[in-house]
Amino acid sequence: MSFTYILQTLLDGLLMGGIYGLVAIGLTLIFGVMKVINFAHGALMMLGMYATYWAFALLHIDPYVSIVITIPILFLVGVCFQKFLINPIIDAPEHNQLLLTLGVSLFLENIVVFLWSPDYRVVKTPYEFVYFYIGDVSISLLRLLAFCLAMLVAAVVYLVLTKTDLGKAIRASSEEPSGALLVGINVRRIYWTTFGIGAACAGVSGTAVAPFFPVYPTVGGIFVITAFMVVVLGGMGSVIGAFIGGLIVGMADSVGGLFFPGAMKNLLSFVIFILILLFRPTGLFGGSK
Amino acid sequence: MREHQPQESCLGRGLSWQKWLIIGLIVAALHFLPWTFPPQYVHIMIMIFLFTIMGQGWNILGGYAGQFSFGHSLFFGLGAYTSTLMFVHWGLSPWIGMVFSCFIGIMMGLFVGYLSFRFGLSGPFFALIMLAFAEVFHMISISWKAVGAALGLLIPLKGTSIALMQFVDKKPFYFITLWMMIGALYLVWRMEKTRMGLYFLAVREDNDAAEALGVNTLKYKMVAMTLSAGLTSIGGTIYAQYLLYIDPDITFGVMNSIEILIRPIIGGPGTVLGPLLGSLVLTPLAEFTRLAFQSYGGVYLMIYGAILVGVIMFLPDGIMGLAKRVFYKMRKEVG
Repeated sequence: MSFTYILQTLLDGLLMGGIYGLVAIGLTLIFGVMKVINFAHGALMMLGMYATYWAFALLHIDPYVSIVITIPILFLVGVCFQKFLINPIIDAPEHNQLLLTLGVSLFLENIVVFLWSPDYRVVKTPYEFVYFYIGDVSISLLRLLAFCLAMLVAAVVYLVLTKTDLGKAIRASSEEPSGALLVGINVRRIYWTTFGIGAACAGVSGTAVAPFFPVYPTVGGIFVITAFMVVVLGGMGSVIGAFIGGLIVGMADSVGGLFFPGAMKNLLSFVIFILILLFRPTGLFGGSK
Repeated sequence: MREHQPQESCLGRGLSWQKWLIIGLIVAALHFLPWTFPPQYVHIMIMIFLFTIMGQGWNILGGYAGQFSFGHSLFFGLGAYTSTLMFVHWGLSPWIGMVFSCFIGIMMGLFVGYLSFRFGLSGPFFALIMLAFAEVFHMISISWKAVGAALGLLIPLKGTSIALMQFVDKKPFYFITLWMMIGALYLVWRMEKTRMGLYFLAVREDNDAAEALGVNTLKYKMVAMTLSAGLTSIGGTIYAQYLLYIDPDITFGVMNSIEILIRPIIGGPGTVLGPLLGSLVLTPLAEFTRLAFQSYGGVYLMIYGAILVGVIMFLPDGIMGLAKRVFYKMRKEVG
């Protein structure tokens, strides 16, 4: 096992980890503000992938340009999801919301099977096989673009959260909903806005992976479980934690691929996940519970 | 699930003789059913009973003790794999294999349970940790050649034999699952009003308050875990013997965990009849839509999703909650 090989593995993991980070940011935002574990996050990501695919197949839009379509669509889907389904039961016990999102996820995934068949679809770009080389380490342009897109969106979300009034309101509602209400923040509006942003993050991640990942109805399942691991690792509700957690899990996955047979490559990240859950359920970057 | 009508009767319970008579008649009628119904309906009945058994397993931990598990396929898979491997490699009767399955399932349950309950993990964290353990076993079973890897295990059919729990006909399975289901329902019904059952409810309603009042919450969560894991593992063994084939996805897969938990949730979590009612609604639905839309095998999952959303939004106590409400309303109007 040469040094280059290890470096290559780590780099691949890092690039994939950026995507995991972006998926997890959406999840962690939603959890942080509403305390809802969104099982439908993978399904939302899948919708993002299909939006990119259809924009590409019908309108011939470059997959990376199609974020101008996926972001508004997924934002709207997220807002409706929160307003009409989550909001009515926001005060019910935690697991009810989890089950609700699970139901939505089953529904969305299978209605897509019904409408567009379970076939794998591929988005082909002209720059599909472009690679850069640093020494012997190769970087696929697609994966690099996906990573940069994820970084960009993550940075925008982070800036919105820290620098704008909306972000302040979101953080306030997350920390102390009744206090936020007292100082005149429309918490209900913040809830659906946050859900919309979270869903849009999932959508962008879908767009980012569509050019090098097959598009099929249950694809989200792969990402959503990883995203849970990332969120727990980074600390539920912590945006920076989610992104760094994503990078860690991405690298753990690809390092795991070196040691374990193909189907078990996630074993390492699962073990990390279980250990974190057991010994530090607030995550690496979460405050005390 | 949230409201619980305290009953005047003290611990232990009985029913009036009229009710016993009705139950007896229904059970007796069920014994004639396999001879009057065509085999595909008998198959559906077997699946209803089987998923009621496992749903009841989930219900003890999730419905009564309030520890929401999202990975009961862990126990199902362990149960199915243990007895199957013992049968395939050593020729051990699945009846004995079932005991081992149950044991291994319980050990695993206690292990996971101890790890998580010791730190007071509950709610979504416990759900996720169960999911993670089930996924770990899923990955191992996909990659490990000795347990058949992704292809799964085929159980050789050696003809009808009670000792090997193998039958060419469906009827014996019908009776096995029927009586196991009755046993599981009876067990939970008796448990409900024992001190232990009440402790489960106390843990579910308010863990800290129960602890403060002197309930050893860790112990009772572990007891609930034991019963739950055991029942689900037994279900896994019977499932394997009935279908004669198991693979990683149908045993340890996430979808299987959902299949197990969705029935008690829709029927009414924390009620004796909840898993049965949920199974009565969902199992035939799944089987019939699978027949009706063969090319779109996922249609039943879409309907599952819609039903789940509807039930969570409008009937948080499931079908049992609805039935109770209607019953009390009727009684109020009459009396």
